[in-house]
Amino acid sequence: MNRSFFLFLNVLIIATCGLVYELLAGTAASYLLGDTVFQFSTVIGVYLFAMGVGSWLSRFIDKQLAWVFVEVELAVALLGGLASPIFFLGHAYLSFFQVVLYAVVFLIGTLVGLEIPLLMRILEGTIEFKDLVSRVLAFDYVGALIASLAFPMLLLPSLGIMRTSLAIGIVNALVGLWATWLLRPQIKGSVTALRARAILVIVLLGVGIVFSNRLILFAEEGIYADPVVFTRTTPYQRIVVTRGTGGVFRLYLNGHLQFNSVDEYRYHEALVHPAMAAVVSPKRVLVLGGGDGLALREVLRHPNVESVTLVDLDPGMTRLSDRYPPLGQLNEQAYHDAKVRVVNEDAYIWVQKAPPDGRPFDVILIDFPDPHSYALGKLYTTHFYRLLKRHLTRDGAIAVQCTSPFMAPKTFWCIVKTLEASGYRVKPYHVAVPSFFGVWGFSLAKREEDELKVPERVPRDLRRPDGTPVRLRFLNDDALKAMFVFPEDMQLPADEKVEVNRLDNQVVVQYHEAEWKRYVR
Amino acid sequence: MAKRPSWQIGPTRRDVLATLLGVPVALAAGCSRKPPPLPEGRIVGASAGIGHRLRDGLRPQPAEGAWQERAVVIVGGGIAGLSAAWRLLLAGFDDFVLLELEPRPGGTSGSGASDVSAYPWGAHYLPVPMRENRALVRLLREMNVIEGEDKDGEPVVGEQYLIRDQKERIFHRDAWHPCEEPYLHAGESGEDIAQRKRFDAEVDSWVNFRDGKGRRAFAIPIARGSDDATVTALDRLSMADWMRRKGLTSPRLRWMVDYACRDDYGATAEDVSAWAGLFYFAARKRKAHGDSQPFMAWPEGNGRIVRHFAERLRSSGKELLRLGLAVSEVGPVERAGKPGVEVIACDHEGRQVIGYRAERVIFAAPQFVAPYAIRSLPRERIALASSFDYSVWMVANLELKDRPAGPFLAWDNILYESPSLGYVVATHQTGTDYGPTVLTYYYPLTAGSARAARTTLLGTGWEEWAEVALADLGRAHDDIHSLVERLDVMRWGHAMPRPKPGTVWGSERPKAAQPYRNVSFAHSDLSGVGIMEEAFYQGVRAAEEVLAAHGVKSATIL
Repeated sequence: MNRSFFLFLNVLIIATCGLVYELLAGTAASYLLGDTVFQFSTVIGVYLFAMGVGSWLSRFIDKQLAWVFVEVELAVALLGGLASPIFFLGHAYLSFFQVVLYAVVFLIGTLVGLEIPLLMRILEGTIEFKDLVSRVLAFDYVGALIASLAFPMLLLPSLGIMRTSLAIGIVNALVGLWATWLLRPQIKGSVTALRARAILVIVLLGVGIVFSNRLILFAEEGIYADPVVFTRTTPYQRIVVTRGTGGVFRLYLNGHLQFNSVDEYRYHEALVHPAMAAVVSPKRVLVLGGGDGLALREVLRHPNVESVTLVDLDPGMTRLSDRYPPLGQLNEQAYHDAKVRVVNEDAYIWVQKAPPDGRPFDVILIDFPDPHSYALGKLYTTHFYRLLKRHLTRDGAIAVQCTSPFMAPKTFWCIVKTLEASGYRVKPYHVAVPSFFGVWGFSLAKREEDELKVPERVPRDLRRPDGTPVRLRFLNDDALKAMFVFPEDMQLPADEKVEVNRLDNQVVVQYHEAEWKRYVR
Repeated sequence: MAKRPSWQIGPTRRDVLATLLGVPVALAAGCSRKPPPLPEGRIVGASAGIGHRLRDGLRPQPAEGAWQERAVVIVGGGIAGLSAAWRLLLAGFDDFVLLELEPRPGGTSGSGASDVSAYPWGAHYLPVPMRENRALVRLLREMNVIEGEDKDGEPVVGEQYLIRDQKERIFHRDAWHPCEEPYLHAGESGEDIAQRKRFDAEVDSWVNFRDGKGRRAFAIPIARGSDDATVTALDRLSMADWMRRKGLTSPRLRWMVDYACRDDYGATAEDVSAWAGLFYFAARKRKAHGDSQPFMAWPEGNGRIVRHFAERLRSSGKELLRLGLAVSEVGPVERAGKPGVEVIACDHEGRQVIGYRAERVIFAAPQFVAPYAIRSLPRERIALASSFDYSVWMVANLELKDRPAGPFLAWDNILYESPSLGYVVATHQTGTDYGPTVLTYYYPLTAGSARAARTTLLGTGWEEWAEVALADLGRAHDDIHSLVERLDVMRWGHAMPRPKPGTVWGSERPKAAQPYRNVSFAHSDLSGVGIMEEAFYQGVRAAEEVLAAHGVKSATIL
C-alpha cells in the first residue's frame, strides 16, 4: 500500500510538471510571437496530439518497463527544464523559430504521453484494474488542476518563465531519481548509472537556475518591470521588448523606454497629425528615426500621401516588426506598404546629401530617441536643423519629439530655442502619455519665412491602407488645440536660461542628463 | 641580419616596449606568452632617403636644355611654402614655381585616406584666430570656414568645423573622464586644486598683460606680441624651472603642462622655455577667466588647409606646384650684373634633373636643411642654422573595422601618464558615430637629446612601433588587437622646431629670418614655435618681402 501510494503521488507530480511545460510553451509562444489565442490553441493541440503519439508508442516497449520509465522521466526533465532557454535563445538567434518551438512541444508531449501508460503497466496486477484506472487518472487530473492554478498565480510571478522551466525540470528529475528506489524491485541490474544520470540532470538544471541571471539574454530582466521577451544587440543599440499582462508590450533601446503598446497611439497621433494638418495636402513625407513603424502607420492613414521615406540608423529596428510579429500587428504592417521606402543610415549623414530624386518633403517627422548621448545630441543641433531645410518644401512642416517639458523643461525649451535659432517658427505642444511619466512634448515648425498657425482641425477622411475608414483614438479638434496650451509648470522658469544646442557645445545632452537623472535610476 | 633564436623574441619585444612605454605597460603587454598577430601596415613617407643622400653630397647637374626661367622659386611645400605661394597669387603674381620633395604637399600638415575616412599624418587642429590675425582670418574666410563676424568683430566659424562635443577625455585607472584640458580632475587633492587655481591665475595675469605699446605678452602671430624684457625673460628658463620657482609641484598639474609642451613642441617642460610653455596657455585666451579660442578640425586635420592651397595653385592653370622634386642646390649667382638664384632639383632616383634660373628664392624648408642646400652659405649663417633644434615624432594611423567597446569616443582621447599623446578620431567631425574609423596615434620622442631621439626613431622598425601603439592603446581598449585592420607608421625626424630656452628670444632667430643675398626664408622655425599660424605668418611675410623686392605693389595683409 505504502509503495503504491507513493507511486500515485508520483503520478500527481509528473502530471503537474507535464501541464506546466505545456503552459510554458504557450506563454513563451504568445510572448514571442503575439496573438495569444492562436499560440495557445496550436501549442495545446500539438502537445495533446504528441501525448497521443507517446501513448501509442508505449505498446512497443515490452521489457524493463521501470527502467524505461525512469529514463523517460529524466528525458522530460532535461527537455522540459531547458524548454524556456531553448525558446528564448532560439527566437533571438534562429530565423526558423517556429520549427524549433513545435518540435520541442512535440517531443515533450510524446515523452509525457509515455509516462502514464508505462506507470499503469508497472502497477498492473498490484491492484484491481478498475481501481488502477480510477486512481491514476484522478491523480493525473488533480495534477493538471494544481499546475493550471500554480503556473499563473505562483510560478510565473515569483520565478519568471525562465526559472519556472528549470525548476520544474528539477522536480521532474527528482521524481525520476526517487523512482529508482520505488521501482527498484522491477529494475533488473544495477541502478547506479541511472541514479548518476539523474543527479547529473539535476545539477545541470540547478546550474542553469544559478546562472539564469547571467544569461546575456536576460541580464537586464531585473531592471525591467515585465518579463523580457525579445532582445537583440545591434551594432548601434540594444533592443529589448518586455511583455506584461494582457498582451501589453514595451520597447526599450539601451534601457530607454520607446513606447508602451497601451498608449503609444497618443504619442504617435500627436507626433504625426498636427504637422500633416499644417500643410495643404501633403504628398511626400520624411520620417527620421521611428524605426518601430508606428509613426509610419499614422502617416499611411492619409490617403493623399504618395510616398514616405523613413531614415533609421538601425536595420535591427526597421526589421523588428518581422522579427517580433506583435510589433508588425501594432504598426499594421506599415513596412509592407509599397509607398514606404526605408534607408538605413545615420540621419545626420543622410541630411548632408541632396534630397532623394532632388525633391524635398512636404512634412518631416523627427522621432529620434531623447538626446542622452553625443551620437544622438548631434541630431538636435542648429547645424542639423539648418541642413534639414534643404529637404523641406516651401510651406512644409516639421514635427520634432522634444522629450518631456514637465520632467526636463530645460531640455525641451533648449530644443525649441535651437529650432528658432536655426531659422524656424516654432509652436511647441504637448500631450499626456501615461507610460512616459505623464506628459510628452513636441515642436511644430516651419521656416521663419512661412506662416505658422496652430492647426484647428484634425485631418478628415483618414483610412487604413486597405481603404477602410479609421477614426483617430486620441486626437479630435478640441484635443488638437489644447495640446498647444502650456500650463505654468511646463514653462521654462523665468530665472532659468537655456542655451542653443550646437555641435560644439551639445548642451542638450548635459541638460537631459541632469534633468532625467532626478527621476530615472 | 642574423635570425634571432625564437626564445629571444619575447625579452626583446618587452625591452622595446619598456623603453618606449615604461616597464608596467611592457610587463602587461608581455604577459601573454604569444603576442597576437600584428595587422597589415608599413612605414610611410617622409622621404629621408633622398634627403640623406643630398646631405651626404649628392649634387646632380641638369642638362643644358633642362633650365627654365621663373621669377621666384619656392623651396618646400609645407604650410610656409604654400602660404607664400597663396600670398603671391593674391597679389596677382604667378611667375613662380613651388618645389616639394614629397609626392604630396603639406609637410607635417599632410594627410592620408582610407576607404573609411581621410586622416591626418601630423597637425590636426587649428584654434580659431582672433580678429587681429587678419591674414589668417582672410584665408579662412576664403575657405568658407569663417562665415562672418560677431558684434565685437571676432570671426564666426561654421558650426561643423568647430570640434564637436565630446571633445576630449582622459583615461586613468580603467575609466575615461571627460575633460576640457589634459587635466585629470578625478582624485585631485585640495592642494592640487589650489595649485591649479594659482597656475590659472598666473596664466590670466599674462593674458591681461599689455606692454608700453599696448601689445599682449603672447600673441599669434608671435611678431604681434610683446618683446618687453619682463616677457622675454621667460625665455631664459625652462617651463619646469618656472613651475618650481612658483611652487607649482602638483603632479597632475605638471602632467598637464608637460602634455601641453609635448603636444605643441614635442618636448617636455624641462626642455622648452617658460615663454613657450606659457605661450601655449595664454596666447589663445582673449580674456582672463574666459575660455580659450575654440578649436577647428577636419577629418584630415590641417590637410584640409593644404588641400585649399593646392586647389588655389591648380586653379591658376599653370604648373605652379611640382611634387616629388628634391632641391639639391640653391645657388645665389650674379648674371649680367644682376643678382639671381639658380635652383637645381631632381626626382628621387636622381634621374630627372631640372634647373631653374630665378630672380629670388623663398626657402620654405627648415633651417637645418639650409647649409646642405644653399651653395657656399657663409659660416655665420651655418652657425645660425645649427642653433635650431627639432623635435622627433612617431605618428601611427590605425584603421579599425569597428569602434572599441565602451563609451562614446571623444575627438581627442588622452592616456594619462602615457608617453604618447593618445589618439584623435578621424570620423568624429563627420558625425559618423558607428562602425569603422581611423585613429591617429601621436608619440613624441621626448627623452634625451633630439639627436638621440632621432636615432631611436629610425632604429625602431614598423613591427616595434606597431607593438608600441597597440600596447599603449591596449591599456584603454583591450579589444584593440581584434579591431585594427591596418596600421601605418610615419617617422618624423624633424617634426617641429623645439623652443628650448633661448630659442624664441635669442639673437639667432631674427638674424636667420633675414634674407641671404636673394634668398628669403620662410618656416615656422623662424618663429621658434611650430604651429600652423606661425608657418603661415612666415610664408606670407616672406612672400611680401619678395613682392616688395620685385616691385609688385600690394599692401600687407598681415
